[in-house]
Amino acid sequence: MVKQVIANATGSLFKDRQVPLLLTLLWIASFTLALYILEKSVLAFMGILLSLLLVYYTKTSQTVKVVLGALILLVLIPLVAGDNRYYMEVATQVGIYVAMALGLNIVVGFAGLLDLGYVAFFAAGAYAYAIFATAQANHFIPGDLFPLGGEWFWPFLLVGLIVAALFGILLGLPVLRVKGDYLAIVTLGFGEIIRIIFNNLNKPINITNGPQGLTPVATPVLFGVQMNTPFYYYFIVLFVIAFIVLANIRFERSRLGRAWIAIREDELAAQSMGIPLLNTKLAAFAAGASFAGVVGVIFAAKQTFIDPTSFTLMESIGILVMVILGGSGSIPGVVLGAAFVTILQVQLLKEFSNFLHGLNSSGVISLPNQLDPSKFQRLVFGILLILAALYRPNGLIPAKRNINDIEAIKKSRFAKEKLGILANLNEGKRQSG
Amino acid sequence: MALLEAKGLTKRFGGLVANENVTVEIEKGTITAVIGPNGAGKTTFFNMITGFYEPDEGEILLNGKSIKGLRPDQIAERGITRTFQNIRLFKQMTALENVMVGKHSRLSAGMLGILLNAKRVREEEERARVEAYQLLEYVGIADIANEEAGSLPYGLQRRLEIARALATHPQIILLDEPAAGMNPRETVEMTAFIRRMRDELNLTIILIEHDMKLVMGLSEYIHVLDHGQKIAEGTPEQIRTNPQVIEAYLGKAATEVS
Repeated sequence: MVKQVIANATGSLFKDRQVPLLLTLLWIASFTLALYILEKSVLAFMGILLSLLLVYYTKTSQTVKVVLGALILLVLIPLVAGDNRYYMEVATQVGIYVAMALGLNIVVGFAGLLDLGYVAFFAAGAYAYAIFATAQANHFIPGDLFPLGGEWFWPFLLVGLIVAALFGILLGLPVLRVKGDYLAIVTLGFGEIIRIIFNNLNKPINITNGPQGLTPVATPVLFGVQMNTPFYYYFIVLFVIAFIVLANIRFERSRLGRAWIAIREDELAAQSMGIPLLNTKLAAFAAGASFAGVVGVIFAAKQTFIDPTSFTLMESIGILVMVILGGSGSIPGVVLGAAFVTILQVQLLKEFSNFLHGLNSSGVISLPNQLDPSKFQRLVFGILLILAALYRPNGLIPAKRNINDIEAIKKSRFAKEKLGILANLNEGKRQSG
Repeated sequence: MALLEAKGLTKRFGGLVANENVTVEIEKGTITAVIGPNGAGKTTFFNMITGFYEPDEGEILLNGKSIKGLRPDQIAERGITRTFQNIRLFKQMTALENVMVGKHSRLSAGMLGILLNAKRVREEEERARVEAYQLLEYVGIADIANEEAGSLPYGLQRRLEIARALATHPQIILLDEPAAGMNPRETVEMTAFIRRMRDELNLTIILIEHDMKLVMGLSEYIHVLDHGQKIAEGTPEQIRTNPQVIEAYLGKAATEVS
């Protein structure tokens, strides 16, 4: 009986890459229960996160998928893992990187502009909040008005967005005149320049406090509640991701998204179709940057301390890896890529390391310090990327073009008459008739 | 007044003069061919009209207004569009989306409107989708609306490129070798289609083509370029018998023989 169910399930899984709803529900229930009972089980926690992927591939309507996904994220995870700071911290970090990867996806995935300095916009958002949410701003604004209280966190989400978007446009104006490999090099340079500016902007006027960094950044306050635990940040990040995913989906299916993809596919043809290159690329830069800016504000508040070392080139490359590994231009792919890489980075390798250390100290194996898995992060990334390039060159979930419903087009109320240049056809008929 | 006037266009690339003092007038509603041997400067001429190259000298007037120095997208917005010698579709987009990209400058949705999914934006999108589908029907490839452009057979890609160009709502459409790589039957179909398009859609058509049968059968007026200079213009009959043209194509001996 059980065998049959499994056979059926795997059968349909391989046939049309869809999971039956029952199996998904079973999976969710069992791992939720597992995590509830075995509180420390990393495996159970991973199982719950994985269930989101399962939901994506479940054979059911879009609405049911969204409801199930929301149920897992908003109810199940906070319910069974909410009092475990560590899990919530991991989930929040995953969320932060998912949000940033989705922003970079607009620039790299949609518009095809290889940006190696993306973390600069993240830094812009983080500093925009941190400077005013610590006493730092008193150094250059008279009147002892700062630090701002935690209530200001909310409006600063918008401020961070605008500041980063402005950074994006200012940086884009000179940079976007070059193409391809040159663009990658120039953005890399600008990304580093911004970090170095933040590092040195403690004189003549002390704006960023230089390498000492800024602390303590005010934590968010909502209706008098101090939201300073990972539990709250989890929800804040979730809220921001929901917004970013929605924006990504709407952009992709819009006039602007089509223009971005057209530019990626063929700049010359795009231009002769009436797409202004510089403006459209700037829009991509600004949109991508603004998402990083919002996340930067959250990051600053969550860490309560920021300094320029959080915004190095390695961060930019890490986010790029998420986008490319997940599937450049594919929204679900990028989410998966970011989640996968972050979990690997902050949890799996560390857990494995701890596990080996445990064996080491109990004398089962003797592990020299140099072979500690958490030290092989870069190596593991490299191997992953090579494997991805060989076996999934378009990413874990490759981008799909959206298929339009032809029947709906035929039934549209606009379909009754000829549109655009074809309106000339009607005229011709009227003249001859 | 001619719809499009190119006056004394000159374009140099270093020491090479690609176009020298080329003057061409195009009347509204005509089909004009630009012909010449390989390397005569035909595509350079197209690139100057569509804004990809800025002429070193000369002037380009559309409806009497200068369009010289405008960017390609601005020229597309003013009603001149083109297809390419080596088809340039957006390969990873569907056929329908390719055509919708052509609508870009005729749509107005801004970032905020898109984010808020405003009613106006949704209606505009729906109209654009319907129009794109109608254009696919018009060029006869509506059944592949949801196929990826890059995976289509060559002949259909040519048609799709024309549908995409029509979506920009042009007054003038420049076709760069529309029958290149087509078999004789497809060429005949393409010829009929270009004429029908001109008649029904009130278009002005300029084309570059090497297939002389197509050029002579389709165009009403012909400009001949050789080594960057215009050496002749006239009706197909005049061009057919023009000794300078025969010389440019076949060499000096040929004129002496005939």
